[in-house]
Amino acid sequence: MADPAIRIRNLFKIFGPRDKALIERVMAGMTKAELQSDPAHTLGLRDINIDMRKGTIQVVMGLSGSGKSTLVRHINRLIEPTAGEILIEGEDVTAMTPDRLRAFRRRQVSMVFQRFALLPHKTVLDNVTYGLRIAGVGRSDRERAAGEWVERVGLSGYENSFPAQLSGGMQQRVGLARALATDADILLMDEPFSALDPLIRSDMQAILLELQKDLKKTVVFITHDLDEALRLGDRIAILRDGAIVQQGNPQDIVMSPADDYVAAFVAEVNRGKVVKVETIMRPLSPDSSALSARSALVEGTSLEAAARSMTEAEATEAVVLDSGGHPVGTVTMRDVIGAMVPSGDEGRGHRGAAALAAEAIG
Amino acid sequence: MDWVLEFPQIDGTTLRALARTIDQQYRAFSRAWGDAIEAAFRPLLEFLLWFEKLLIATPWWVVLGVVVGVVWLASRSRTITLGTAVALVLIGVFGMWEDTMRTLAIIAVCTLLSVLLGLPIGIAMSRSDRLQATINPILDVMQTMPSFVYLIPIVMLLGIGLVPGLLVVVIYSMPPIIRLTNLGIRLVDAEVLEAADAFGSSGWQKLLDVQLPLSLPTIMAGLNQTIMAALAMVVVASLIGVRGLGQPVLQAINNQYFTQGVLNGLAIVAIAIIFDRTSQAFGKRLQRHRDAEHG
Repeated sequence: MADPAIRIRNLFKIFGPRDKALIERVMAGMTKAELQSDPAHTLGLRDINIDMRKGTIQVVMGLSGSGKSTLVRHINRLIEPTAGEILIEGEDVTAMTPDRLRAFRRRQVSMVFQRFALLPHKTVLDNVTYGLRIAGVGRSDRERAAGEWVERVGLSGYENSFPAQLSGGMQQRVGLARALATDADILLMDEPFSALDPLIRSDMQAILLELQKDLKKTVVFITHDLDEALRLGDRIAILRDGAIVQQGNPQDIVMSPADDYVAAFVAEVNRGKVVKVETIMRPLSPDSSALSARSALVEGTSLEAAARSMTEAEATEAVVLDSGGHPVGTVTMRDVIGAMVPSGDEGRGHRGAAALAAEAIG
Repeated sequence: MDWVLEFPQIDGTTLRALARTIDQQYRAFSRAWGDAIEAAFRPLLEFLLWFEKLLIATPWWVVLGVVVGVVWLASRSRTITLGTAVALVLIGVFGMWEDTMRTLAIIAVCTLLSVLLGLPIGIAMSRSDRLQATINPILDVMQTMPSFVYLIPIVMLLGIGLVPGLLVVVIYSMPPIIRLTNLGIRLVDAEVLEAADAFGSSGWQKLLDVQLPLSLPTIMAGLNQTIMAALAMVVVASLIGVRGLGQPVLQAINNQYFTQGVLNGLAIVAIAIIFDRTSQAFGKRLQRHRDAEHG
């Protein structure tokens, strides 16, 4: 496959004045708790390795304090790493000179913030043109470009409003348009929808997915909300205490959580919506009766949709077809229902969730 | 056992010798450098004198028209403009026009100077904790040291007249704008600053696009305090020969002329209010977005 758009290698971050001195001991296995016995230092990130693919949405998920916002701020180096490298198109961000870093931030990467971070004294249009103005683009060029983005995020008619006149959802549309206007390939989104009402949040997710369909940006999306992660993420990485506990596609995370922490996260998830039939299908065998089954499902069908269509067809078994219409496997109603309802074992994960939440608060 | 009952102090002879030595040293310094320092302030003095003469020599109705016009352009407020016109007419009717013009000139120059010096100092302070820790105690001294005390070395150095008067006023009126510029910039929303960084702003771009505009309300509060402080010093400055509304007040104190004191005092109040309301209204107009929340 193609080279990753962002490649993070052995990234460590210790907050505190003597981070470089302590890094070797952390690399040798010093735990977060041991490090924190020195109150001046906090372990932010521990040995992060991720390859983020070009043109996909990479979600980074974790509870507050897990280091997810710290991680995303390393990609445009708003935070200096203690050790490690971040390669973007073969160039190490951590080694950029200040001039190069500014040029990189102006052209190659842009960012959307949790609390919008708009300029309150500028109009919507001036906010959207902000990145272009910083980069020295002429007035008429930048206003033409910005006008287009204002329209695409659905803010036509509000060009001359001030941010304070807009609702939260509309303000974040401005934030999104501002980030898209610079035409950077990489879009960093730090919990962009967390401050919004649930309905607005869902709208904004839809807008993002819609835009992403033809923009094909490399998006790094930070969230603490698993439903959001599953809806948006092509791939998901889960952080805990500054380390990655699991990464994979949404189904990997839901079907085989790596540990109790992840299991606690996924316990509440509606698997019927997330898991696809090909994940649970059995291999095709020559004597399979399914080939003559009355129900056929295309790859990518969710379990919920599969159950519905099999029920309607009154079938107990269905054949799974690939996009070309060739049979690739079979599923039974029993498999489908079984995969949708978590087993008793994972019920324990449910109690674990409360414990983990308590831990995160404490 | 004297020290039990009385604080052990330096004896009078030593203290006198100490004071005399310091005074002599300073006198020697001012003899050696006084002329050079005076020459350095020459352009400022010339400008101030020119401005003062301009205000006095120009027919009163032209000055009145210009002042009212500037107030209107800055504030766009009928109340403030009308109030200014009425106040100036009353000042003229009660025979205080010329003194008011002198005071107007020195206050305008002092405020301008305080802002021109104070704003960059405040900005520099906001960028360095160490600088802040160094400058803050200096500002404390500037604001609390009785002005009569620093009048002495300034008069020793520069004699009496406009320039020493100007210095006294600027020393006293500059701290608020420095402090509040520093505070305002430090209070700017960290996330907005982060956004400016994330889009690749240079230090200057960040200052002009984000830090100064967002700290404007606080800076304007500093400007208000600076103007008020400058006007409060007008009477003190008149002690060292600065002409204007301060002198009749001083005269009134010495001779118990109650009415003269009150009239000139009210003229100072009127100028203070005109300066303040106009600059604040101008500041508000720069921050139209804040009204937007209620609109």
